[in-house]
Amino acid sequence: MAEPVLQLHGLVKDYGEEPVRTRVLHGVDLTVAKGEFAAIMGPSGSGKSTLLNLIGLLDRPTGGRVEIDGQDTGALDDDGLTRYRGRAVGFVFQFHHLLPEFTALENVMLPMMADKGRPDPTMVECASHLLDEVGLGVHRDKKVTLLSGGQAQRVAIARALAMAPRIVLADEPTGNLDTRSADEVFVLLREFNRQRGVTFLIVTHDPRLAARCDRIVEVVDGRIVADRPNAAVRT
Amino acid sequence: MPFELFVALRFLREGKAQTALILGGSVVGVAVIIFLSALIGGLQATLIDKTLASQAHVMLKRPDRAARIAPAAPGEAVVASVEKAAEREKSIEQWQHHLARVRSRDGVLAATATAAGSAFASRGELSKSVAIRGIDVGTFDSVIRMADKVMAGRFSVEGTEAVIGNVLADDLGVSVGDKIRLQTAEGRGDVFTVAGIFDIGNKDVNQRWVLVSLRQAQTMLDLSGGVTTIEVKVAEVFDADGIADDLAAATGLSAESWMKLNQQLLAGLKAQSSSSVMIQTFVIIAVALGIASVLGVSVIQKSRQIGILKATGTSTGALQRIFLIQGAIVGLAGSTGGALVGTGLATFFRHAVKNPYGESLFNVSLTPALFLGAGAVALGTGLVASVFPARRAARLDPATVIRNG
Repeated sequence: MAEPVLQLHGLVKDYGEEPVRTRVLHGVDLTVAKGEFAAIMGPSGSGKSTLLNLIGLLDRPTGGRVEIDGQDTGALDDDGLTRYRGRAVGFVFQFHHLLPEFTALENVMLPMMADKGRPDPTMVECASHLLDEVGLGVHRDKKVTLLSGGQAQRVAIARALAMAPRIVLADEPTGNLDTRSADEVFVLLREFNRQRGVTFLIVTHDPRLAARCDRIVEVVDGRIVADRPNAAVRT
Repeated sequence: MPFELFVALRFLREGKAQTALILGGSVVGVAVIIFLSALIGGLQATLIDKTLASQAHVMLKRPDRAARIAPAAPGEAVVASVEKAAEREKSIEQWQHHLARVRSRDGVLAATATAAGSAFASRGELSKSVAIRGIDVGTFDSVIRMADKVMAGRFSVEGTEAVIGNVLADDLGVSVGDKIRLQTAEGRGDVFTVAGIFDIGNKDVNQRWVLVSLRQAQTMLDLSGGVTTIEVKVAEVFDADGIADDLAAATGLSAESWMKLNQQLLAGLKAQSSSSVMIQTFVIIAVALGIASVLGVSVIQKSRQIGILKATGTSTGALQRIFLIQGAIVGLAGSTGGALVGTGLATFFRHAVKNPYGESLFNVSLTPALFLGAGAVALGTGLVASVFPARRAARLDPATVIRNG
């Protein structure tokens, strides 16, 4: 097995205060190796979104550890966590979540600018290159509100990759797209995984999508109930 | 351009309606502050100018003689009814000496000696009660500017020439070159030629003052070379009180400043100033509330963007700065726009509202300090008003925002 990028140790998450405390995750252990293309499946309410928030460093666990590249993220303060998140984790959401005030190029540049504090020419170059790779080079200076759903999602993928993250988390990345666009987006993710070795963790409840991933992790009631390699991958 | 400024500018540019609202609010606010300050400041300066047009800043006179009561012998009590003695002797002793002393005082621009008293001015059957002022032409004009207020004839009191006000000239039906007779109650008098007619903008003075030479006044008022008043002009009009006290102590004369003589005016001006400050304070508060509420709404509307920015590595501090910068930009732009509008309004009023002589009634005073002050207030208001929205933005939980789309 390749070197681990993500390690979860006994991850526990509670919501609410006593006496209405609800345990959403009951000690989740998971290791994702570099270059994996894994799916997390589970019915709604299973805790997979919570799990994704914890892995994405958007939230802190009640117990257990999230390690990315061997770094215990619990040791970071809030600003450190934000900075680390910007560098180590890329997000692709169900709704593309681009900033409507900015162009496609600027949206891809935002994480880099937030990290460095100001724009510089290498960022423009890097972002343009990424947009070319997702096939949207011609639309780079368009407002994202003028793009179709599939195009916007491809910009979001470019943004997720802008900081060359250790892992990209995709939450129902094709859930909001028509079949053709969904397929294009999925193929794009797969290409980045195969050609660049980018690690992907994809949350979905679509079995057909999961069937095209290398590994399927099933979460039910806050526990991992199945974790199996998917031998029959065809793309 | 720093990342925060870049995002702040874009948020402002894209939120057109909101930006227009808060900009409009702060422009109006700053314009009101500038216009009101300029108007009130100008109005007050004009009022003080008008008041001081016919009045020396400090007047020195012979002190009243205090009535002395004979001390009581031991074991006796004295019941005394003290009456003010009639001041027969009005002239200042050694006035040349005092005048030199007054002129050497720091803060004194000029001083002049005058001989003043009352008399009747008559022409034919008509007779009017007037105030005679014997003046030294050279030094009088440096204390009370008179030469440029002469509307007909010349400002000259050589020999038996006299300069009178336009109201008195109308009352007596005289014009430049005509003769009038001046006579005191004691019967001393002479015939004078009207050399000039002035309009000082004060009806009482225009009706009462008759300026003659110092020598003629001394003769008529039986002052035999003496003067009744030393009139002083100071550099800073609001220092007049202090200088008056100093001069009184130094010369032993009684000194009165224009501020003592115009206490009601000054009290009025003070009340006006404080009401203007109050209005401006409320305007600032209203503008601050406006900025805060619109920015607050924009934080709610942009909560998705804020969540995304946070998720993609924007720190809490940077997010706060994004909203603080928006407040500061609105404040600065508002103060620039407001300064223009306020200046425009003030200039319009100056040109639109004129007296019959074509002089502006509103002498608005637009000083750099006023603009700097208003700019600083607007910037401060913008910043303070955006603190609350900025904090709110920083507190947003990205996970919640993103999950809820």
